[in-house]
Amino acid sequence: MRMDLLTLIVLLPLAGFFLNGLLGPRLGKGFVSVVGCGLPILAFFATLRAFTQLQASDAGALAETAYTWAIVGDFRFEIAFWFDRLSALMTLIVTGVGSLIHIYSTGYMKDDPGYARYFSYLNLFLFFMLLLVLGRSLLVCFVGWEGVGLASYLLIGFWFDDPAKAAAGKKAFITNRIGDAGFLLGMFLIYHALGTLDFDAINAAFNGPVAPAVSASLVGLLLFVGATGKSAQIPLHVWLPDAMAGPTPVSALIHAATMVTAGIYLVARLNGLYLHAPEASQVIAVVGLATAFFAATIAVVQTDIKKVLAYSTVSQLGLMFLALGVGAYGVAVFHVYTHAFFKACLFLGAGSVIHAMSGEQDIRKMGGLAKKIPITFVTFAVATAAIAGIPPLAGFFSKDEILWFAFASEYGGSPVLWALASFSALLTSFYMFRLLWLTFLTPSRMDHEAEHHVHESPVSMTGVLVVLAILSAIGGFFHVYDFLEPVMPMPVENEALEHLKLPLIGIAIAVAFAGLAGAFLVYRGGLATAERLQQRFAGLHRVLSGKYYVDELYEAVLGKPLHWVSEHVFLNVGDRTLIDGSLHGLTSLAQRTAGRLSRVETGNLQFYLLLAVIGVALSLAWMWGNG
Amino acid sequence: MDRTQLLLTLSIALFCLGLVGVMIRRNALVMLMCMELMLNGVVLSLVTFAAHSGTLSGAVLVFLVFVVAAAEIGIAIPIVLLLARQRHTLDVGAYSGLKG
Amino acid sequence: MAESTVLNLVLWLPVLGMLALALAPRITDRAVRGFTFGVMLLQLVLTAWLYARFDGAVPGLQFESKVSWIGDWGVNYHIGLDGLNVLLVALTAFLGPLVVAGAFSAITQGVKLFHSMVFFIQFAMLGTFLAQDLFLFYVFWEAMLIPMFLIIGIWGGERRIYATVKFVLYTAFGSILMLAAVIYLVWSQQQATGALSFAFADLGGHPLSLEAQSWLLGAFALSFAIKVPMVPLHTWLPDAHVEAPTAGSVILAGVLLKMGTYGFMKLGFPLFPDATRAFTPALLVLSVVSIVYGACLALVQSDIKKVIAYSSISHLGYVMLGLLSLDLIGIQGAIVQMVSHGLVAGGLFTMVGMIYERCHSRAIADYGGLAKLLPVYSVFFAILTLASIGLPTTSGFTGEFMALLGAFNAFWPQHVAGNSLPLAMAILAVSGVVLGALYMLWLAERLLFGPVKAPHQPFQDLVARERAILVAFVVAIFALGLFPREPLAKTELAARDYQQRVMSTRLPVEVAP
Repeated sequence: MRMDLLTLIVLLPLAGFFLNGLLGPRLGKGFVSVVGCGLPILAFFATLRAFTQLQASDAGALAETAYTWAIVGDFRFEIAFWFDRLSALMTLIVTGVGSLIHIYSTGYMKDDPGYARYFSYLNLFLFFMLLLVLGRSLLVCFVGWEGVGLASYLLIGFWFDDPAKAAAGKKAFITNRIGDAGFLLGMFLIYHALGTLDFDAINAAFNGPVAPAVSASLVGLLLFVGATGKSAQIPLHVWLPDAMAGPTPVSALIHAATMVTAGIYLVARLNGLYLHAPEASQVIAVVGLATAFFAATIAVVQTDIKKVLAYSTVSQLGLMFLALGVGAYGVAVFHVYTHAFFKACLFLGAGSVIHAMSGEQDIRKMGGLAKKIPITFVTFAVATAAIAGIPPLAGFFSKDEILWFAFASEYGGSPVLWALASFSALLTSFYMFRLLWLTFLTPSRMDHEAEHHVHESPVSMTGVLVVLAILSAIGGFFHVYDFLEPVMPMPVENEALEHLKLPLIGIAIAVAFAGLAGAFLVYRGGLATAERLQQRFAGLHRVLSGKYYVDELYEAVLGKPLHWVSEHVFLNVGDRTLIDGSLHGLTSLAQRTAGRLSRVETGNLQFYLLLAVIGVALSLAWMWGNG
Repeated sequence: MDRTQLLLTLSIALFCLGLVGVMIRRNALVMLMCMELMLNGVVLSLVTFAAHSGTLSGAVLVFLVFVVAAAEIGIAIPIVLLLARQRHTLDVGAYSGLKG
Repeated sequence: MAESTVLNLVLWLPVLGMLALALAPRITDRAVRGFTFGVMLLQLVLTAWLYARFDGAVPGLQFESKVSWIGDWGVNYHIGLDGLNVLLVALTAFLGPLVVAGAFSAITQGVKLFHSMVFFIQFAMLGTFLAQDLFLFYVFWEAMLIPMFLIIGIWGGERRIYATVKFVLYTAFGSILMLAAVIYLVWSQQQATGALSFAFADLGGHPLSLEAQSWLLGAFALSFAIKVPMVPLHTWLPDAHVEAPTAGSVILAGVLLKMGTYGFMKLGFPLFPDATRAFTPALLVLSVVSIVYGACLALVQSDIKKVIAYSSISHLGYVMLGLLSLDLIGIQGAIVQMVSHGLVAGGLFTMVGMIYERCHSRAIADYGGLAKLLPVYSVFFAILTLASIGLPTTSGFTGEFMALLGAFNAFWPQHVAGNSLPLAMAILAVSGVVLGALYMLWLAERLLFGPVKAPHQPFQDLVARERAILVAFVVAIFALGLFPREPLAKTELAARDYQQRVMSTRLPVEVAP
């Protein structure tokens, strides 16, 4: 069954979706847990097996065709899978971290009545995500792309009794769709120019001797619009913070570790295209950096534990796009890999905190949890240090490489990019340690009621936290970008700047510790210092808390006008007044004319006779006149 | 004036008198009488032409016309009678139910 | 051949059913429903058999029947299956039993007449698709109006008279002009070749000046555009849908709306290629306006049925876009989108009917949290919503994706060569996918999520009959979405033929002096 391995990997979670969805409610939580976690774990092992096969074979990739979707003329739309080093890494992350989060969910969602529904949705998500990363063509990728959007919608709005949560799901889907429109346009252009949608063929065409007849930058930009939607970059970032309405494991899996990295995966996968699209890459780098910066500034003032992490995710994704924009594709994927570990650990840790606090998510009402939930605290601290870039944890390695290439890459790197990115890293370290302190280390500000119930989470949850914390600690030693070198070459570095490499590493470490120190100084005693600062910089604080009022701007510029135009112009003026109005006008004209004409029918016999005689006389006269 | 022309003039006059009578008079029976007058005018012209051209077909036609006229009166008078019973008047203006 | 007999049987079975109902003495309502359902099911089985035996590799008509009808005028009773109508005939036959089953509990008065009308309209619709003679086509086209008029007018809602009269007048207006065009076309063919014939095959041969083609296309296009419906000739649809009973809406959305696009595909464009190419920019603009305008209007409605009605206007804009692209992928996409829309809109209207039977309200404001009250119902509603949005794996995606890809493929070179309007229209059409998600998800959210609210509680979730109907819809939608290869293989030759015809010319050749 060697050749069907990839199809099997993809189909295992789909089986989970059907089994849990159809039989789950009847067969109970045990069945759902076993199927819901077991199938992703099986997929993980299947991936490992495929990986060994890949390493053993000479070819750069394993290819498999599941079936032919459609044939039109000479073109065959195939549902095919492609397993090279990049796919292998992504699939391992998806199935590996995914399985861990499934296991965590058995503890977190234990008391939820929608248990079976939750796991079926989660399995469905995994199916589509695997389609996305294993797809050989833009078509299969797009199927997975839209599919994860669907799963995200279902899971964000999981507790749909609350209209706000349901609305958050809808917002995510619509924002993604806007990006998808760009994706479609890019896909159409590629099909027209190259006659193929296969990733390997596209890369080969752009890397080849003859440049294709379409502008690589145009295609690159269009596909990037899609990536912006999925990976929550400016201007389509607005859905991610709202997506925190979903259960926390969902936030960890979909909105941190996997789905949001789809955009980075797309750009990295098409590195052949983007290497020949300098304008598009420039835009990607700038957008990524801007997003990283702005999201970091917003995260500094957030008071909901999940929202801090959400903005942090947006910011980290921005850094990944920065790396992509300067041609460091392998480095971006490296950060995807490390980010999956520490961000999942952070989100799941937050979940553990929320679980311990019986649902409280406001960090102003926390504090002093370190001693009460020690495992959560330690794992959270490790992951925080990792994201801040403290060596030798994973985040340090990946972030440092990004900063280096932002500075030194020949494909668009500059000191300005490096400086702003470093400042964002400083803010990241600051707000993450702020979060750590306010949640765990400061004196308690908890409600007495909540304080009594604080308890450590079950092993299903803490076990996963420990695994992820260890991975966050040691994961950085596996240099993903070297592993991916055959698939995506490293960018050319400006050799003149080589001597600055070590000093820059030093600055990066200093930045990480500076953030730690800053957070310690401001928050060690609790909220007092912060409140004073907030009063001094009230205006700035308001703008940041209002997330730069982007949501309000969109509503005012897009949402309301669309509704207003649709209702008042199209419906009232267009349909009712113009079209139906003219129709009703025509019919009333016909009726009035008929009414007037029918006055000839007086009912008077002699009048009719008179008319008849006049008619006869006229026709006689006419006949006599015309001979 | 020629005898034929005189007779034709008379028949036209009869016809027109009858026509005008039908158009002007409102009494149903009088309208019927005027229609008879029109028919007679036509019959007179038929006989005149027959006599003028020396053929018989015009004269034969007269008989046809008379029979039809008689049949017509035979049906028209009862109809008028029934209508008159309903509306209690012979005024044609009362029967304008098909107005509009 | 046996197959042509079966095809004739498929077409005339509803007439036999109608006669049986008319002649039956005293018959219970249950017997009427069961009998009608049985006949429709038989028709479906026969159609499925024909569909399976339809060979996509053979060009031209299959299972033909040709009998001289009005010999002096060159009118024949000529029917047959080809790539253009095979999927639509299958769709009609598929929807037949589902419509009848859906109406089991909805129609309680005049049951015999209702089912006779359903038979009648099934006959007229199949005849329109199968006709290969212009006279026959016109007869069936007009015949569709009578049962629809009665169905809406007798079993409809409050404003049913207004809606049905509007529907008939609109359609008839277009048909009158079409009749004039038909007569002229046949007359000109007689002038050119000396023989009088109404057969489609004969009417495409003789040359026609661009002016003549333009007028003829205008007349035909008016009639078809009303049926599609294209903006600005669409206002009959929302009223007709809202006032029609559920079965009427399903027939209307499922099949009747396809008549317009089928007319364009079979008659309008291939018979007048030069005029079509000349008017493509205007037609493209109207198609894309339909997509966007329909979607925007769907967003601000307060009646569930109106939302779906406007969404139909929006979806069928993609069909026109695909047909006008003259790209093989686009044309195939248009055909798939026709079938997909029939299934999706048919399914959605069936679901609206189910909730209306329970709550007697179509106002969106009256509902909320149905996912808690009717969990099974909500699952099906969500699936149909996703199909309407065009989620990959559903038929909606197949149709929209291929139509857009074909349009792009055809219009990009034109843009490069200087003619940018078609491409601009195609890009605008892509925005339709965002708007589509917007109004459908808004509808789903208002109905399914949030606090629970519904009139006339408590009520039951879906019964077995309702579940079976919806499962049929869903299975068909996913089958077309995941495995479109086989249907596309059946239509490919006809699509190529359409493409080749519309790209050819029939202008008079100038004779050298």
